[in-house]
Amino acid sequence: MTLNKSPLRYIGRPALIFGAIIMIFPFFWMGSSSLKDEAEAFATPPTLIPKAATLENFRKLTEYLDIQQLMINSIVVSVTVTFLQLLTSSMAGYAFARMNFRGKNFLFLTYMVTMMIPMQVIIVPLFIEMKYLKLVDSLVGLGLPMIASAFGAFFMRQAMMSIPKEIEEAARIDGAGHFRIFFKIAIPLTIPALSALFILAFMSVWNAFLWPLVIIFSPEKMTLPLGLANLHGQYATDWPLVMAGTTVSVIPIAVIYLLLQKQITQSFLTAGLKG
Amino acid sequence: MTTLSHKRNWSAYLFLAPSYIPLIAFLVIPMVAAVLLSFTEWDLLTSPEWIGFANFTELFRDKSFYSSLGNTLYFIAGYLPIVYILGLAAALALNSKFKGSGWIRAAYFLPVITSWVVVALLWKWILNPQGGLVNSALASFGITGPGWWTSTTWAMPSVILASAWKDLGYVMLILLAGLQAIPPEYKEAAAIDGASQWQILRKITMPLLTPSTFFVLVISLINNFQVFDQFWIMTEGGPEGSTTVILHNIVSNSFNYGRMGYASAMSMALFAIILIITLVQLRLQKRWVNYDS
Repeated sequence: MTLNKSPLRYIGRPALIFGAIIMIFPFFWMGSSSLKDEAEAFATPPTLIPKAATLENFRKLTEYLDIQQLMINSIVVSVTVTFLQLLTSSMAGYAFARMNFRGKNFLFLTYMVTMMIPMQVIIVPLFIEMKYLKLVDSLVGLGLPMIASAFGAFFMRQAMMSIPKEIEEAARIDGAGHFRIFFKIAIPLTIPALSALFILAFMSVWNAFLWPLVIIFSPEKMTLPLGLANLHGQYATDWPLVMAGTTVSVIPIAVIYLLLQKQITQSFLTAGLKG
Repeated sequence: MTTLSHKRNWSAYLFLAPSYIPLIAFLVIPMVAAVLLSFTEWDLLTSPEWIGFANFTELFRDKSFYSSLGNTLYFIAGYLPIVYILGLAAALALNSKFKGSGWIRAAYFLPVITSWVVVALLWKWILNPQGGLVNSALASFGITGPGWWTSTTWAMPSVILASAWKDLGYVMLILLAGLQAIPPEYKEAAAIDGASQWQILRKITMPLLTPSTFFVLVISLINNFQVFDQFWIMTEGGPEGSTTVILHNIVSNSFNYGRMGYASAMSMALFAIILIITLVQLRLQKRWVNYDS
């Protein structure tokens, strides 16, 4: 088309590729640094590819940091919370989209208003509440505030509104109740929305930092981001070691991203444009 | 019929309860508690004391609050133009598909899905004053680089740089979606009428892109008034408080100084700022956004 023929292309494309290199290079540098010994890591001029590559930093990492435990904590919390958030959100979405009940408008308004409360603003009272519930420094206390999402409920409502009424009526004539319709019809028909919500919820729990920082103290209960921040706090100047930690934590996410590239960018987009 | 709808009523509440109860317990109650706490003095050890508006009068005179507000504004003022202009440039260059454009898009998006802790640690190392990539590279040309995150002048630009690098792909994605929603006929018609590329960009593309631009602006402002992770890791608010942002100030007051009431008053101020931005922008939206019907 016209833009393809424009002379701008000759500046645009190389600049775009240069930009892409700038986006990728730091990841390369992270991996490269993690394979260097301390002398080479701090050398001038810097070496792009380690001259004497060593796995020593990764060995030290397993010694200083129980990275396996961090991974398990991160996976357990992220998977459980995401699953519960999907369930609670789609149930609420179903009620708002497909049911009539007293107080519906008022309750829907409540969800819309809670959507405007940022978690960061309530971090102090939330911590105090967890203290009273004796859930401070526990994975339950970490996950519990995130099992429901007003945005998720709204998002699933939008998806469930688009289910044709005829399908639901046919099921009702066959004697299906709301729970059957929900699990057998509503859920299977909203898989695209559910997977978008899954990706967003999972990433936000997996990457969460402030709330875990506030609620968790014990190293054995930390999630991956918290454990890495803690490692840096203890060995602030051992950058090759810290880079070994970040490299290990980035690899699974990068692999998942490369496999699910389309779905992940698409879910950021749908949530972005609807949220 | 009445019994049926009554029965249906109860199952509706059963469907709502699993999300409604946690939302009330972990969002609404803490929000109400935050309002109440802001009128008290409480160190969590003794019982809370009602002190009226004292926290708020202190807040309006507190230099550290204004300085954290100023730092947050400085951050946003530096970050926003960079991510917007570079994000727009990347989106324009990616708007026409070509061989490998999918990979380039993926490259821009990779930092978006990486956790802030990883990104902050990585950039802290790249900008390390001694032995960091940037200063080592400069040193091999005989240039002494600045102290980056250890310098009161360069700490904020360091965090802005890392933040723009991380979020660029997201801004690009939103703007790219906006660009792709513009019907190509508009540009073609203008090109046939002899409009230059620059004129098409200014008179057609940019006005039709205002909804996406507006969205980027709202989201960035709301998110970045609550900016925290990258500062906590990269600068810890220093040096000399030059990068202490509002949320950092709240966290220090509550969890380091044990001032739950005062921290809550500060949270209320942050909440008010976010609310005002949302309301002001909702009003402005009508005036300068073109929604293509």
